[in-house]
Amino acid sequence: MANLSKSSRRARSRGDVVLRSLVATAAIGIVALLLVLGAELVNNSGLSLTTYGLGFLTGTVWDPVHLVFGALPFIYGTLLTSGLALLIGLPISLGVAIFLSEKARNRRGMGSLLGALVELLAAVPSVIYGLWGLFFLVPVMKNYVEPPLHSYMGFLPIFGTTPIGTDFLTAGVILAIMIIPTVTAVSRDILNAVPNSQREAMYSLGATDWEVTRKAVLPYARSGIFGATILGLGRAVGETMAVTMVIGNAPSISASLLSEGYTLTSLIVNQFNETTSSLYASAMVEIGLILFALALAINFFARVLVWRMTRGARFRI
Amino acid sequence: MTTYRLRKGGSTWRRYVDRIMTGLILLAVAIAVIPLILIVGDVAYQGIPAINLGFLTSLPTPPGTPGGGIANAIVGSALMVGLATLIAVPIGVGAGIYFSEWPESRLSLVSSFTNDVLAEFPTITLGIFVYIIIVAPTRTFSALAGAAALAIVMVPIIARTTEESLKIVPVSLREASMALGIPRWKTVLKVVISTGRAGLATGILLSVARAAGETAPLILTALYSNYIPKSLLQPTGSIPYLIYYYGSSPFTDWITTAWGAALLLVAFMLVLNLSVKLLIGRKFAGVRAEI
Repeated sequence: MANLSKSSRRARSRGDVVLRSLVATAAIGIVALLLVLGAELVNNSGLSLTTYGLGFLTGTVWDPVHLVFGALPFIYGTLLTSGLALLIGLPISLGVAIFLSEKARNRRGMGSLLGALVELLAAVPSVIYGLWGLFFLVPVMKNYVEPPLHSYMGFLPIFGTTPIGTDFLTAGVILAIMIIPTVTAVSRDILNAVPNSQREAMYSLGATDWEVTRKAVLPYARSGIFGATILGLGRAVGETMAVTMVIGNAPSISASLLSEGYTLTSLIVNQFNETTSSLYASAMVEIGLILFALALAINFFARVLVWRMTRGARFRI
Repeated sequence: MTTYRLRKGGSTWRRYVDRIMTGLILLAVAIAVIPLILIVGDVAYQGIPAINLGFLTSLPTPPGTPGGGIANAIVGSALMVGLATLIAVPIGVGAGIYFSEWPESRLSLVSSFTNDVLAEFPTITLGIFVYIIIVAPTRTFSALAGAAALAIVMVPIIARTTEESLKIVPVSLREASMALGIPRWKTVLKVVISTGRAGLATGILLSVARAAGETAPLILTALYSNYIPKSLLQPTGSIPYLIYYYGSSPFTDWITTAWGAALLLVAFMLVLNLSVKLLIGRKFAGVRAEI
């Protein structure tokens, strides 16, 4: 009897060990993947790293023919378009998130319809945004939006050049459209996680809806919304196809939003397969490494903020 | 009875502000929805004229030659997404089970966090990675490399939805199974997973939808070919790449083809997303938002 129970216990634990080690292997695989990814990028950009050093980040000339590689125009393009995307997309996303969590709370049908529409916006592939951007948004910006900006506010350096349609501003607008679903969905979850007692206390003092949102809900959710914003920034920085199709792909560090530009991601799309020397190839991988580092830093930061808010004590840093 | 007056000029002013802010919030909602209508409308309007039976079954033709189709891209996409699913499902589901069964372990915290980071990673860097480890050693762009890149895109989505859908399986079910003396591994495989299978299916469908639309990593891994692939080790066309390649060309008939392919892709996304909705109802609304 004792023997039997012992052996069955052993069989039981053996099965448990097998299952646990199998699924743990998958979990380890995910961590290993990110580590190997980073290591391979560093390895394969070694030639460019040793040749150019930090000058790679500050150089403003990109000339593959003479093997002069400076990444600054692309870093500038990525940061400028992503910043524009946040500037345009954040207020809209916050508005929709507030609508979903505060106004549509008791109108479930309407809230879920709108939620589904926003989710569909997130499901549309990047290349479709690019195609639409190229044939709809670019002409609209070139003919209707940018000329008035240039003629009435052309004295500002940011609108100082002749409108061409394929430029930083158009890229920023299309990125804004693309990050709205992300920022909205995460912010909505954060706002939904705000305890109702916060709202009720404020209402009991006779506050209006907006005062409740402004003074009781938003301050409570501040760090989470900040996390959602950074998450949107990460998405904008890594976005590739749509930006490549509307930004004009000419390296420039211009103060004008109406001038052509280039981003890290679009450089990789356009030139990665065209490299003619090992130094050029290595420089391209280093562009990927910069993108990797940027995305890692942004996503790490954003996740910490969002996790702290929505998962509570599970992950404290 | 004492009446209290709040600052900011009393209730009229406060109500005024409240109205304005409500208006602005509704305006934001309108602005957010307009692009979706414009995009879907434009894709349908421009794409419908391109679609007919030959479009789906024949190979592309040179610019100016009528009657071309996108059969190469349809076959290539199906091949690569299918292969990627075979690679990604065991890894993603395995990791998801680990996250939900052993949430307190250190590995779970680290891996789950890495998974979230990976889910938001620029897919073009995944393309560079696969280029280095597969395309460069094999000296050819290939469906295999494309599938590997797409699998990396899919794993985090599957892992996250698996975790979320297994976590909501009631503890009582698990306890009932354990009380019958069924070992934990059997409980997990037979009781927990079969209860959460709708969620698992959702995750896989969503990841398929995402992979089918990915373009950037394929440019560095599968590239493109005008022919039906005969082996896994040759350049292979795909629908998203075709949209990019044809859409950026100067030829009007190629651009029309790009719109047709775009319509096909968007329709595929809509069908997958709607079937996910039908499959699970509203239960997982929060799960989807995290992806």
